[in-house]
Amino acid sequence: MDAKDREIINELQGGFPVCEHPYAEAAHRLDLTEDELIERLRALLAQGILSRFGPMYHAERMGGGLTLAAMQIPPADFERVAGQVNAFAEVAHNYARDHALNMWFVLATETRERIDEVLREIEQQTGYRVYNMPKIEEFFIGLRFAV
Amino acid sequence: MNELDRRLIAEIQCGLPLVSRPYARIGARLGLSEDEVLARIRALQENGAIKRFGVIVRHHELGYHANAMVVWDVADADVHAIGAQMSALDYVTLCYRRPRQLPDWPYNLFCMIHGQDRDSVLANIAELIARCHLENIPYQVLFSRRRFKQCGARYAPSTDAGPLQRMGT
Repeated sequence: MDAKDREIINELQGGFPVCEHPYAEAAHRLDLTEDELIERLRALLAQGILSRFGPMYHAERMGGGLTLAAMQIPPADFERVAGQVNAFAEVAHNYARDHALNMWFVLATETRERIDEVLREIEQQTGYRVYNMPKIEEFFIGLRFAV
Repeated sequence: MNELDRRLIAEIQCGLPLVSRPYARIGARLGLSEDEVLARIRALQENGAIKRFGVIVRHHELGYHANAMVVWDVADADVHAIGAQMSALDYVTLCYRRPRQLPDWPYNLFCMIHGQDRDSVLANIAELIARCHLENIPYQVLFSRRRFKQCGARYAPSTDAGPLQRMGT
């Protein structure tokens, strides 16, 4: 990753043009050609520096469900439970964290009702309680990652 | 949102095609013109269904190796004001009010801080406490140990056999 890649990431975290030739338009702002920008994006995706290039949806406004959930899993059982939880397509990401509640994952579902169903299924399969912590209020973050 | 919007969302949720006219390519798959795709995406942005369009980074691969979820037990009357203050700090990348789970979990305000290492995150937290006057507020720092899964949230069944890009959040 070089200085131009960093510039691309900083520029495109804020948005991407919705027009006929969006790469050409974005490339112009970055002082690149359209082909150069596409090639660099392809490389950043291949390296895993970018996880995705496209839309971030607002789950609730699309009729979907979104929540943060936590579980307390004894270390000896952690791998088994992590495997079971991660097998659900609705689990978007899952982190082990330093706390008695040591497993934290985000659930994203196509419908709101499906959140409770998936949480119940996880409890039944794993044998452990799931703490559901949906957001009550989101505080707006203006700035993204500066790289 | 109608059925066509759902199909459009399914088509682009894994990422935009990396071609000169990506919206035309998407339209060709859905039987829509490029103009129709552009108009629908703009409408989804206007009604807030698409909140952001652009690159989504992987923090770890960018050198942000420490990731802390910091949780605070703030009086209900103060949580809105304190959340607004916290989210204005440039090292806070997410900030949410969430329900307490008494008696096990008293914390109702969550923020995420990503940093190069744990020490820099802890320094940010110390500064945050001073800036927001949180000296008497109980809190905990939950560093991540391992990332098991970081793939994109899916909001519609994918119509494509092979995603064009890797999924991610």
